[in-house]
Amino acid sequence: MKRAALILVLLIGLLLSWAAKDFPSWGNPQAPASSSPVSSHFIASTGVDTEVPNMVTAVLADYRGFDTMFETVVVFIAGLAVVSILRGGPTRRTRDRKFVVDFEPDLIVTNTVRLIVPVIQIFAFYVLAHGHVSPGGGFQGGVAMGASFILIALSWDLKTALNRFSIDRCFTVAALGIIIYAGIGLLSMVLGGEFLDYAHLSQVLPVSPEMARYHAMLGVEIGVGFTVTAIMFALYASLSTDGRMQDGL
Amino acid sequence: MFEDGSILNQLLVERLNYFIYVVLLLIGLWAMIAKNNLIKKLIGMSIFQTAIILFYVSIGVKKGATIPIYLPEHDPHGSNLVTDSNSTELTAHGPQVLEASLVSGYTNPLPHVLMLTAIVVGVATLGLALSVCLRIYRGYGTAEEDELLEKLEREDARNTGGLTRRRPRSRRPNRNKATNNQSKRSASFESSKSQSPKNKNRRPSNSKPKVGSSSGSEPTENNKPKPRRRPRKLSARKPGENKS
Repeated sequence: MKRAALILVLLIGLLLSWAAKDFPSWGNPQAPASSSPVSSHFIASTGVDTEVPNMVTAVLADYRGFDTMFETVVVFIAGLAVVSILRGGPTRRTRDRKFVVDFEPDLIVTNTVRLIVPVIQIFAFYVLAHGHVSPGGGFQGGVAMGASFILIALSWDLKTALNRFSIDRCFTVAALGIIIYAGIGLLSMVLGGEFLDYAHLSQVLPVSPEMARYHAMLGVEIGVGFTVTAIMFALYASLSTDGRMQDGL
Repeated sequence: MFEDGSILNQLLVERLNYFIYVVLLLIGLWAMIAKNNLIKKLIGMSIFQTAIILFYVSIGVKKGATIPIYLPEHDPHGSNLVTDSNSTELTAHGPQVLEASLVSGYTNPLPHVLMLTAIVVGVATLGLALSVCLRIYRGYGTAEEDELLEKLEREDARNTGGLTRRRPRSRRPNRNKATNNQSKRSASFESSKSQSPKNKNRRPSNSKPKVGSSSGSEPTENNKPKPRRRPRKLSARKPGENKS
């Protein structure tokens, strides 16, 4: 079995290496991916269309807004599924004391974390809110924010972190993020455009249509950041405790 | 050996990124096919996914190009617009699309966008898969594929004629036997925790380790001599509270 798998894997490796010979060389500006009309269009006209200097954010939240919205929904559903798979169920009898790890939170660790966590959270907000003009955005800021809560849970215990961000609140916040995202899309639809066509928001915002897209992208990123923050922490909380939400890692 | 035109030069020098992606992909594929433990299979899937991400990101590289964020002098609404606003031509043509010669100075933003979302969604789906694994482990007492298949077959043989395989409560007594027999490979938590003495050293405090099965119920914790060193403000747990 293992030998057959090894042969198969090596065969696939040979085929892929053989195919890689025909790929464009590293960093070739004439490579098909770099010279395709789609990416050239994004590079050339993002600034005119949206006033956002960061093309990645513009493509993520505006040109490919549908994709990002449903990927946020995927993250939300995955978090919901993890919690509901692990919570309850037929064999709750593993809920004995085998997993209980008992320790006192360390003085040095907790005080260091107490100093670091506000910095991490402010940096997360910066990454989220500054994602239009520098590398960053909702996903990155959300992950950094969720990591700060995971850090609290690691250095104290899960209960301390759950006192600050309970699982119920996690899902409220995650759903709120999707509602913000879809709400901005629906609002632009109500105002006469298509779904997620942010330019029509200039009717309610006192800015130009390009600047309206800028601000709507910020709102969308905030929604993504909410969802990702909450789901990252919910994933950690349920996976580290086998769904019991107490006495975990 | 690495002279120009040879296949090793083409693969390992000019296209090292593709070579690394192939190697990572093979490691992941090997783990998915050959490993017996479900968790290891999942980690293999994660490595596979990392290979794909590396592939996409390395496709986006362009020599002599900067990151896909407009330089201030290229931003149509940035400093360009401010300098133009003094002239009367602004209303005539407005902000200009970047010329083709400048477009080649920016890397391709599309792979970055695709992988940005793929990473986060990959984390979420990996968490989902791990939770299913945990649930399998909780139900069957093992995460090894061959033991799992054996148990499933035994269960099928037991309730032939039954509609579905129901939950495996009845096989609880078998679990320890099965894991002891194969404790070399077994990933079951109980066997490793309750049998190996080195786990006791991993408890960072002087409190009695709560390993083993039944010793946890006695309240030895309340008279432990260690003073509370935790700062009070952020701590929500009192010393004896988690014993409940």
